[in-house]
This record gives sequence, structure tokens and C-alpha cells, in this order.
Amino acid sequence: MSEFLQLVFSGLTVGAIYALIALGFTLIYNASDVINFAQGDFVMIGGMATVFLMSAGLALPLAALIAVVAAVAVGLLLHRLAIEPARGASPVTLIMITIGASIFIKGMAQIVFDKQFHSLPAFSGDAPIPVGGATLLPQSLWVLGTTLGLVVALYLFLEHTLSGKALLATAANRLAARLVGINVTLILAMAFGLSAAIGALAGVVATPITLTRYDIGTLFALKGFAAAMLGGMGNPVGAVVGGLLIGLLETFGAGYVSSTYKDAVAFLMILFVLFFLPRGLFGGRSVERV
Amino acid sequence: MLTVEAVSSAYGRIIALREVSLEVKAGEIVALVGSNGAGKTTLLRTLSGVQPIKGGRILFEGAPIERLEPHLRVVRGISQSPEGRQVFGPLSVEDNLRLGAYRRQDAGMRGRLDHVFALFPVLAEKRRIAAMSLSGGQQQMLAIGRALMAAPKLLLLDEPSLGLAPLLVDQILAAVRALRAEGITVLLVEQNASAALAIADRGYVLETGRVVMEGSGAALLGDPKVRAAYLGP
Repeated sequence: MSEFLQLVFSGLTVGAIYALIALGFTLIYNASDVINFAQGDFVMIGGMATVFLMSAGLALPLAALIAVVAAVAVGLLLHRLAIEPARGASPVTLIMITIGASIFIKGMAQIVFDKQFHSLPAFSGDAPIPVGGATLLPQSLWVLGTTLGLVVALYLFLEHTLSGKALLATAANRLAARLVGINVTLILAMAFGLSAAIGALAGVVATPITLTRYDIGTLFALKGFAAAMLGGMGNPVGAVVGGLLIGLLETFGAGYVSSTYKDAVAFLMILFVLFFLPRGLFGGRSVERV
Repeated sequence: MLTVEAVSSAYGRIIALREVSLEVKAGEIVALVGSNGAGKTTLLRTLSGVQPIKGGRILFEGAPIERLEPHLRVVRGISQSPEGRQVFGPLSVEDNLRLGAYRRQDAGMRGRLDHVFALFPVLAEKRRIAAMSLSGGQQQMLAIGRALMAAPKLLLLDEPSLGLAPLLVDQILAAVRALRAEGITVLLVEQNASAALAIADRGYVLETGRVVMEGSGAALLGDPKVRAAYLGP
């Protein structure tokens, strides 16, 4: 039982990170039908920039803030320099552009940072908290709390601000959004900025647990993508549930089957969803076959 | 108020508008009639800026607007209720209407909301309901109401009667007349030519992307060629 509980704790912790990445996918997908495969690189930028700023002597909160701002800047530049000039191109073309951008960001990260693995000290120490025979790391609470906070903030933004409503309206009907005077280019830039901020924050809180390196974005993007697919592409609730499920499945697979195949779980889920559940758990829009 | 000078537009290599010129004066209801594919919807989309223009000029209140982004044309006072009730399906009726006022978040918004509810009382009853669960006629009312929330000087209405029961068509056209009485200028696109010309001050007949006839609503209604082509025997 205590082993089961232990796996639940670690599954939810990694799942929360996948959920945040999936939320980033969802925001951009809704605003533009683009699946941004550079999403995982925002996680890397958040973690790496915080590591390097802290080693330059900055305190954690300030380092994290600057890292998030830097990731937002990269997100906005990605939109302005790579996505916006290709306006009108098919979603498949745009997706390929994001893959190229992801490779470019990794290359730049090797130059700006380095090629080593890095970690951050846990924010509130490493003393495990005993819960029902299992233990919970304080950093896990940071990850879960940050995820909860971001989900609530995103919900409030989308449901209770005019800009949030404009984003939902653009997702629902782009033509009508333009006709009521919504600047859809600006909305898309906002979606990229928000996704970058969410990804970078996930990177900051995850780094003490997962470590970070210039190329960790690829795996994070694929896991987050699997989560978004499982939940139903475009559905924010689905993204969170999908993320937590992938995290749990992965951890239980590693715990009870074999940790060698840990990373395979997400890919098996992608195949499963494609074969049996193309709309994901929470319906969402019909998926176009490419 | 609106002067369209030799406007052309195309979808790829297929030309949809060939040097269309027309004029809408302040306070008028102008009807644009013609068969399916004549270019009526393309013209309205070109006026709103969501369809690229290939040539010609569009003057609104004397200023050229053909290079303005769509949202800036809304700011100038041009608002469109598009063909096919393009409502924001998952959002509530009230959110749809508030988004109509996206570029006019002023003190008058409350009053305009009440005004739209007075014009279409059924929308007030269903204000909390998702727009996609409204009936076709109600969605049409919502699309018109949303366009009105921008407090337009010029309202572009694309096929407001399409697919509606005759009783609803009368109700919507009565609403259009009521709007003109309030000082809103209306450019109305309709396949239902007799209904449109009956309430219009003037009308234009569009055929394969060209204006082929123009005149007062009554004159066009009485014209034998128009009757034969668009109104049936």
C-alpha cells in the first residue's frame, strides 16, 4: 500500500508538469490550430536560465522571474519571426516550422548555456514529509501547487477578462472574431507568450526533481503532446487530466513493470488514442487526418 | 457614407468581383441582390477587410479604408453580421454580445445590450445559454445583435433571412427597418430579393462579380428583367 501511495505521489508530480506543457499546447492550438513542438523548449529555458542566473548570484525568485520573462520573449519572437510571416500556410507547414524552431532553440541553448546537466536546490529543503506510510518531497508540493495556481489563474483569465474571452472567441470562430474587431494576430501572440510563461514556470519548479539540459525539451514536448491528445486536443480540462494520467501511467509502468520502458508509455498512449479514441477523453473538435 | 470604386477581388485565380462600384448614403437601406455565387458575400467581406482586395478603392466617410486591418474598420464604424450565423458557439449569448462591443467598451455598452434585448427579446431569455444551442433563427438574431453592439454607423447584413421560416424573415426585416429609423445605415445582401428590395431605398443587382443594374428598391422590384431573373413569375 505504501508503495502504491509512493507511486501515486511521484506520478502526480511528473503528471502535473506534463499537464502544464499540455496546457501550453492547448492555448496555442485553440488560437491557431498550430501544435507548437517548441513547447518543451520553454520548459528548458525556464530551468536553464534560472540555474545560470542563480549561479551568477541572483536569488531564486528574481532568477525565476527573469527566466520566465526570457521565455516569454522567446515565445513572442517565435510567433513574430517564424509563425506570423507564414500566416495562411497550412497547419502542417506551421507545425514543421515549430519543429525547426525547436531545433534552433536547442542549438542556441548550447551556446548561451552549455551541454551539461544542471539541477537546482529544492525550494524548501529535501526533508521528506511522511504521509500514510509513503513520503512526499516538499518540491512535489511546489510542483502541484504551482500547477493548481496556474490552472486557476488561466481559468480566471479565460472566463473573466475581455482578452481571455477574445481568445476563446478566436478559438471558436476566427472569421467572426475578426468581424467583431478582435486583432487575431495579437491574440495569437498572446497565446504564444502565455504558453511560454506556463512552460517556463513548469521548468523552474520541475528542475530540482527532473534536472535540466539544453535538449530536455523534446521529451517534455512529446509527453505533453501525448497528454493533450489523451485529454482531447484543444480542451484545457482534458489537458490537465491527460497530463496527470500520463504521469501516473508512466510511474506505475516504471514501478510495477520496468523502468526501462518508462518513456515508452507516453508513445503507447499516443498510438492508443490515435487508434481507438481520436477525439481524446474529453471530445473536443474532430481531428483532421493529415 | 460609403463609396466603392472599381473594387476587384479574387480567390486564387478565380475572380469573384470585377470592378464593382456602388454607393451607400447615410441613412439609407441599400439592398444587394443577385443569384448564388454572384459575389455578394465576397463584396461584404472585402468591405470588412477579411477578404483581400485586388484593386479599386473603398472610401468610408471620405477616407480610404481598403488598406486598413479588419479590426480598425470596426473602430471606424463598420460592423458586419456574416452569412451563416457565425456565432461563438461555446460562449454564452451574453458573452457573444459583449464581444460584439470588443472595440467599444464604453459606458454606452449596457444601454446597447438592453437595446438588443428589446429588439430580440428571446435573446434576453437565453442570455446564459451557449450560442450553439440556439435555433437557427435565434442564432441569426444573435449575429445581428452582436454586430449592433459595436454601435456601427454602417451595418453590413449578409443573408439575414437565409434558412429562416417566413414569420422570422418578417421579424428580422422589421428589425432592419427599425435600425434605419435609429439612424444606422444598412447594406443588405439577400437572395430573397423581393423581401430585400421591398424595404430598401435603393438596390444593386450583382451578376458574376459585376453590377448589372441599379435603381430604387421599388423600380427594381417592378423591373421585368429583375422579376424574371430573381423574383420568379
